[in-house]
Amino acid sequence: MEENNHRSRLPMRARLATTVGGAAATVSRLAGKGDGSVIGGIIGLRLEPDLLSLLAQGRRVVLVTGTNGKTTTTRLITAALRPLGQEIASNIYGANMEAGLTSALSRAPGAPLAVLETDEKYIPAMVKATSPRVVVLLNLSRDQMDRAAEIWLLARRWREALGNAPGCRVVANADDPLVAWAAGASRQVTWVAAGQRWRDDSWCCPHCGAHLERAGDDWSCPECGNRRPPVSWVLTGDAVIDPSGRARPLDLALPGRANRSNAVVALAVADAFGVNIAHALRELRGVTSVAGRYTQVSRRGCDIRLLLAKNPAGWLEALDVLAPPPVPVLLSVNAQGPDGRDTSWLWDVDYRRLRGRTVLVGGERKLDLAVRLEADEVPFRLVNDIDQAVDLAGAPHLEVLANYTAFQQYRAVLGRTE
Amino acid sequence: MRPLRLVWIYPDLLSTYGDRGNLLVLERRARLRGLPVEIIEVNSDQAIPRDGDIYLMGGGEDLPQTLATRRLQADSGLHQAVAQGAVLFAVCAGYQMVGMEFGGADDTPVAGLGLLDIRSGRGEQRAVGEIVADVDPALNVPRLTGFENHQGVTRLGPRARPLARTTLGTGNGDGTEGAYAGRVLGTYLHGPALVRNPGLADLLLSWAVGPLPSLPERAEELALRLRDERLSAVNAR
Repeated sequence: MEENNHRSRLPMRARLATTVGGAAATVSRLAGKGDGSVIGGIIGLRLEPDLLSLLAQGRRVVLVTGTNGKTTTTRLITAALRPLGQEIASNIYGANMEAGLTSALSRAPGAPLAVLETDEKYIPAMVKATSPRVVVLLNLSRDQMDRAAEIWLLARRWREALGNAPGCRVVANADDPLVAWAAGASRQVTWVAAGQRWRDDSWCCPHCGAHLERAGDDWSCPECGNRRPPVSWVLTGDAVIDPSGRARPLDLALPGRANRSNAVVALAVADAFGVNIAHALRELRGVTSVAGRYTQVSRRGCDIRLLLAKNPAGWLEALDVLAPPPVPVLLSVNAQGPDGRDTSWLWDVDYRRLRGRTVLVGGERKLDLAVRLEADEVPFRLVNDIDQAVDLAGAPHLEVLANYTAFQQYRAVLGRTE
Repeated sequence: MRPLRLVWIYPDLLSTYGDRGNLLVLERRARLRGLPVEIIEVNSDQAIPRDGDIYLMGGGEDLPQTLATRRLQADSGLHQAVAQGAVLFAVCAGYQMVGMEFGGADDTPVAGLGLLDIRSGRGEQRAVGEIVADVDPALNVPRLTGFENHQGVTRLGPRARPLARTTLGTGNGDGTEGAYAGRVLGTYLHGPALVRNPGLADLLLSWAVGPLPSLPERAEELALRLRDERLSAVNAR
């Protein structure tokens, strides 16, 4: 299998870079500082700036991006490709910038396939570095505006990058006008009707700015003629319709419309790699939680389910996933660096449907959320930690919806289950 | 009683991050005082009503900012309303738009709506973070606390007054923050700027309807706690 070992073909400096980076990652893991994927990649890249390109050579790479669902979809695609019987490199811990991608590849030197979650901003550079076989564009909406690029600008950068990547197939959500426009310059696109729940960033045409005409999932621009492209994969209710027109129930273990949408995208990618659809679907049904998301844990007699959502579109989808009343809900918000330091986005979420159930509010920015709920006339109580929430909930189940670092804090308290 | 008409201008183009908050805060503080409220959201393919009481403009990226300005010029409804004495509150991109000129994509100057004597262009670096500013004493509003996220630099002409002087953050770029003239008021505090500044919300309401009765204490306890917490977090209490 020596010829399959990509590392052995690397130039000497790159081999040293992956070894030293790997050692740093091990030290970082042993020191309890995360999984080490970022520090390993950073050190490797410092020794060999072209390390990522070198590591990607000769592999079939899939890049997965979008505002929401990157981590889950990366996991689902990895599962859907399993029937190929080949080792797959993947950044399963969500380290999705250059160092994280580099680390994922250097840890699996023999893997001929790679499925890599990629930060939205890094798509142009990562397309250039990895010459991907497939790029997946899920959705695009407002997110962490204090550090992320503006989204029309981002869509334009994607469009330019993909227009200059002739060997790359794009699998894109046709129902998101910004995504469809970004993918539109590519020569090979698989269009997926993956749905769009959040629409407040795509009322206007990304090409000319006119107010779009929208009917159901269809959209078109009355001025420049830009319109939703014809699709070959469709999510409808709980079923997927494949390009031959055959419908199959998804029956996922993962909850919610957003995950059904991610699963249909994963099937389209698997199909592009020649995987039998029924076999791919069987693998998708076996995925039960992703990096702690949707995990169920028990705490002092209360079954707690953890949901992660980081921005308005994510919260909208997550509120749909909540168990119906009277199951109590704990909402928790922080504003550390990874969350975005600006809590303005709370005002883009409609909380009124939480009326009529016990709502608990926690996290470092609980007052921001409290004022927001007050404006929506949702009664709530403030809590300092998860145990106080369990006590006040006084119920056998508690749904927890938190943004990134708030979620990680609860996971640390409740114990990582994977 | 004729309801107070709150007009949100172009939420389809000018709503990047929580801009709805300003509408909700004004609505709540009016209703708590027994004022009926009518909310009118006007998309960019619709006409701007002339008979609103308070008009709200939010933030936007470069292209939407230029498109929205062009449409508002062609529509002229906002100009008529302001000429008749309506209140206009504009944040971030909206603040730049109400001026004489602003920097569009690639910093090419774009003619603004000419409702406030300010000129904006693009600065060297983006201003992102908490901002604190002391309001013009003539307005009798407590210091501003908010979040700014822009790359604009704004100079005031003789017919506009600075809204505030910055003690933290960038604002207009010359130590002042925001501007006002008559009942047109703009600020670089972005998104839901009125949430942490209920005094500013009440100023706008009083411009529209006259002196306001005070609120029941409990009604603003949380907003004042949030305000204190944010000011303390940046050592500005």
